[in-house]
Amino acid sequence: MITEKAKVISVEHIKANNYLIRLRSPQIAEICEPGQFCNLEINNLTAPLLRRPFSICDSIGDEIYFMFEVCGSGTKILTYFKPDENINVLGPLGNSFEIEGDYDLAIIVAGGIGVAPFPFLTALIPDDKEIITFLGGRNTNHIITNGLENIYIATDDGSEGFKGNVIELMKKNEELFKDKKIRIFACGPNPMLKTLQEYANLNNYECYLSVEGAMACGFGICQGCVIEDAEQQEKYKLICADGPVFNSKEIVL
Amino acid sequence: MNNIDLSVKIGKLELKNPVMLASGTCGYGNEINEFMDLSKIGAIVTKSVSLNPRKGNHPQRICETPSGMLNAIGLANVGVHQFLKEKIPFLKEVNSTVICNIAASSIEEYVECVKILDKEDTIKAYEINVSCPNVKEGGLVFGNDSSAVAKITSEVRKVTEKTVIIKLSPNTSSIAEFAKAAKDNGADAVSAINTLVGTAFNIKTRKPVLKNITGGLSGPAIKPVALAKVLEISRKVDIPIIGIGGIMDWKDAIEFIIVGSSAFQLGTVNFIHPTASLEIIEGMINYCKENNINKISDLTASYILD
Repeated sequence: MITEKAKVISVEHIKANNYLIRLRSPQIAEICEPGQFCNLEINNLTAPLLRRPFSICDSIGDEIYFMFEVCGSGTKILTYFKPDENINVLGPLGNSFEIEGDYDLAIIVAGGIGVAPFPFLTALIPDDKEIITFLGGRNTNHIITNGLENIYIATDDGSEGFKGNVIELMKKNEELFKDKKIRIFACGPNPMLKTLQEYANLNNYECYLSVEGAMACGFGICQGCVIEDAEQQEKYKLICADGPVFNSKEIVL
Repeated sequence: MNNIDLSVKIGKLELKNPVMLASGTCGYGNEINEFMDLSKIGAIVTKSVSLNPRKGNHPQRICETPSGMLNAIGLANVGVHQFLKEKIPFLKEVNSTVICNIAASSIEEYVECVKILDKEDTIKAYEINVSCPNVKEGGLVFGNDSSAVAKITSEVRKVTEKTVIIKLSPNTSSIAEFAKAAKDNGADAVSAINTLVGTAFNIKTRKPVLKNITGGLSGPAIKPVALAKVLEISRKVDIPIIGIGGIMDWKDAIEFIIVGSSAFQLGTVNFIHPTASLEIIEGMINYCKENNINKISDLTASYILD
């Protein structure tokens, strides 16, 4: 992990409150992997004070991309960045999705802006493996399909695709994967991840969850972003340093 | 050319410069060392260690506030034995000056910790945390009672020759009274301030943001309070002060020195700019050159009040 002064290439509006920021950040682009995140310095003032953590959405050449939803003052400020302005990036942080290994079908499950790490993952899944993507959101404004493949959609209000949640959609389509050797990659709100975790563990599916938590540093020193360890009760795991990607059997949500 | 003398002396502790990393904001050094050379700064104050490992508080533990942050980590740590076994070798290897911060729930536990740690030469000093706002036992309970601070200081003093620093709470009416209790009972220095008790609520759920309900406020928001507390101690008690509270850059650091600090600690800024300490050293050197100051220690308590 390093800090790098990155140059803004563009800030694109995707839809509703969702944006994509592209940065030229050669050193981080060279070493980052899908599932990792970076901490962006929003400005050099004292408010917002802390850096903001974002999943790396993609990395192409010497650029890194971050997809984000505006949900507070930090993300709002990010939308104002103009090309050629600088932004200080700390990263890449955390672990990554395990892409290699013994599976035939990668199932991506994402809720809302939880879709952020998956364009990068989709691009790097080996060609000999299939991909199915299940996307869920409150409504069609929360469904972002950029950079994904073979997509099935669920919305809570039925404004796009299946009416219901993404795990229900997945179960409804079990035929697509139940006889295959699968590996699930998921990111989204905690209730979604918890439902998926129960489903995956019950069926003994190999499942990796990318989780989030309030953190100050992103690299293990503040001890803020803890998550319950399923194997040992006497200590927590750190989302930033032990994660953000965990096997669904490792953590208690 | 650098001919400015940045060295400072606190008790028996001789530091190459007055910059320290505050307890709980630099772990046990290994993560932050990836960004900077720990041997270049005055000292690192370790995450609090207690006699036995502590799991710490339930999440959510962190919350940002205007120009500050609340934390309620709850002194999560590996315990004194594992600290010696697993964390000290690294700190020794990178040649950093180590001040060990100790947290305990009883006077006996403080003493026991110091006895165990005292054999380790890598540890040059102790910072006794009598002021953590985030645990039920110990911590602030002691920090709010000057006779308890006096007792802890004198008992710890009996079992070590090393430098003893008492970390004071701002959550009291008269911090100078606590500094005096520390001095009168053999402390070599005080560090001030620990975090201020604060809270934040979610207006939709009407629940506290932090699971612990309250947390310790740190960051630039507390700098004016910290400066006032350091000044208060400086005017009333003759004891070296290590200033802490919202330092973000060299200007803040110089301000702390002027109001009475012999050295200072960087806390929250480490989370945002892990190399801030090195930039601050550079900034201090330039300030000294521009102001014809040859020794940084000459600047301590150089305030002019009229």
